[in-house]
Amino acid sequence: MRNIWIVFKRELKEQFNSMLAYVFIVIFVLLSMALTFWFRNFFDPNAQDASLEFTYFMWPAWLLMFLAPAVGMRLWSEEYRTGTIELLLTMPVAAWHAIVGKFFAGLAVIGVAIACSFPIVITVAYLGDPDNGTIWGGYIATFCYAAACLAITCAVSAFTRSVVACLIVSVTLCFMLLLIAVPPVQDYFTDVFGGGVSEAISSFSMFSHYNEMKRGVVSFPNLVFYVSLVSFCLFLTSVGIRAKRS
Amino acid sequence: MIEVKSLSKRFGSKLAVDDVSFKVGRGEVLGFLGPNGAGKSTTMRMVTGFLPPSAGSVTIDGIDVIAQPIAAKKRIGYLPESAPLYADMSVSSFLAFIAELRGMSGRENAAAVDRALDICFLDPVRNQSIDTLSKGYRHRTCLAQSILHDPDVLILDEPTDGLDPNQKQEVRNLIRRMGEEKAIIFSTHILEEVEAACTRAIIIDQGKVVADGSPAELKAKSKLAGVITVRINGLAGSGIRAALAALAGVSEVKESATGELSFYGQVVPRKADTGLSEAIFNLCKDKNLVLEELRVEEGRLDDVFREITIADTKLAKSA
Ligand SMILES: Nc1ncnc2c1ncn2[C@@H]1O[C@H](COP(=O)(O)OP(=O)(O)OP(=O)(O)O)[C@@H](O)[C@H]1O
Ligand SMILES: [Mg+2]
Repeated sequence: MRNIWIVFKRELKEQFNSMLAYVFIVIFVLLSMALTFWFRNFFDPNAQDASLEFTYFMWPAWLLMFLAPAVGMRLWSEEYRTGTIELLLTMPVAAWHAIVGKFFAGLAVIGVAIACSFPIVITVAYLGDPDNGTIWGGYIATFCYAAACLAITCAVSAFTRSVVACLIVSVTLCFMLLLIAVPPVQDYFTDVFGGGVSEAISSFSMFSHYNEMKRGVVSFPNLVFYVSLVSFCLFLTSVGIRAKRS
Repeated sequence: MIEVKSLSKRFGSKLAVDDVSFKVGRGEVLGFLGPNGAGKSTTMRMVTGFLPPSAGSVTIDGIDVIAQPIAAKKRIGYLPESAPLYADMSVSSFLAFIAELRGMSGRENAAAVDRALDICFLDPVRNQSIDTLSKGYRHRTCLAQSILHDPDVLILDEPTDGLDPNQKQEVRNLIRRMGEEKAIIFSTHILEEVEAACTRAIIIDQGKVVADGSPAELKAKSKLAGVITVRINGLAGSGIRAALAALAGVSEVKESATGELSFYGQVVPRKADTGLSEAIFNLCKDKNLVLEELRVEEGRLDDVFREITIADTKLAKSA
């Protein structure tokens, strides 16, 4: 536990020292607000959607697909590139302590960014009578989605010393996992394989779980899905680190 | 304290370390020599538990590095070859981070950091960011990192690389001093360092141990060992040469410089330690010659190094 905390602290400090965290937070907040206001007539009285379900909470999934890999791409690739992996792994620290510590440091940055979008909630609360359950559901859904994208990036970064390669591969993976749950693609799968297969495929996507959760339905299977996805990715990370060494 | 048994490492089809065994006890400083790519760093990486060996075992204080990595790593201080550091941190916060991972916190942590800064002469840059440090200071920061927890076992991969001559000397002294109560392995390409700091040296070539012994033992393997260099004045050069050649036990007399009335060159004995130097001295005394210089060569490590490693390279090529 102590070691996880030490690694977490250092990693988080590095994220903020290198300005990367600030850049990420600012871009995330600005983009998600801009997209919300431009594309969904936030102030259009006819929209009547004070719950934010289809306005604000539509965009984070698409943004995080790029931005979570940007936060996570350095986690391990950078250690390989600079050789500090040799220091870290010759300390009396289990590899999984380092893996978990680093992962949570990245998640903390994303968490701060998501929390910074709070002004939107205030605006909504001020303008109308929002459905609090949906707002909380939206936040939890966004956070879980981000955790999943970050964990995927973390696993990819354990397999390459190139930060750019890690970014490209992770974004592609996140994008594909998002795509398989987008309605047109789902319809295509239904046409080709039938409804059952199509549903099974999309249940592997973070996006379908995200959509369920942001409606305010934070169900146990959703959480199980995210926890197992993240655990699996962190396990893959440890496999990558071991493979890189021998 | 360190016991390495038939350690091997294979990278793909290449055998980087081939059945290496040695022991290092407390109070010993082991120098690792060998040409580039010999497998020194790879061996050290396996000893520190960073690389898993393909075969063989490493124990530190009786603790198996593979079976109980955490317990073993606690006892080891390691300076990797490239002296890697977290560039965005300051020197003291980097050291504090490592000390924390080593299980030190609060006042103990601060004391350990201060001590390491002091030993490695890093005090002037303690608050400087690592990415603005010069190469030598970076190397010293990484060295400081390895001695933070005052480990019983130190593995240093080229600890004097990139240091200025004064600092090289300081680090050698440091290694020798620490070596009195620790077990130290360090690799180097500077052969004087081996004589200055090691109690024992191993030469590795193409993954195999090709020589193992104290610096004096290794030097004695040199062709030059036991050769006597003399400079004598007083008689026509050729006369002295003939007289030297006539002495018992001389196999060859090599003249490097001839003067009218002097001789400068080397007398090669048939066997080392046959009292030849005394015979030369007596010869001069009897004939009233001026003996300006008389020196028995100890042999040079770089000759031994070259002989051993080049012979092997040639063998490998012809095979
Ligand atoms: N990760 C790796 N993958 C493949 N080959 C490797 C790897 N690491 C080392 N080698 C090979 O193993 C051999 C030994 O390398 P090593 O770094 O141990 O040499 P060294 O004795 O430390 O040399 P130097 O004096 O240049 O530091 C080299 O041929 C090297 O190319
Ligand atoms: Mg090396």
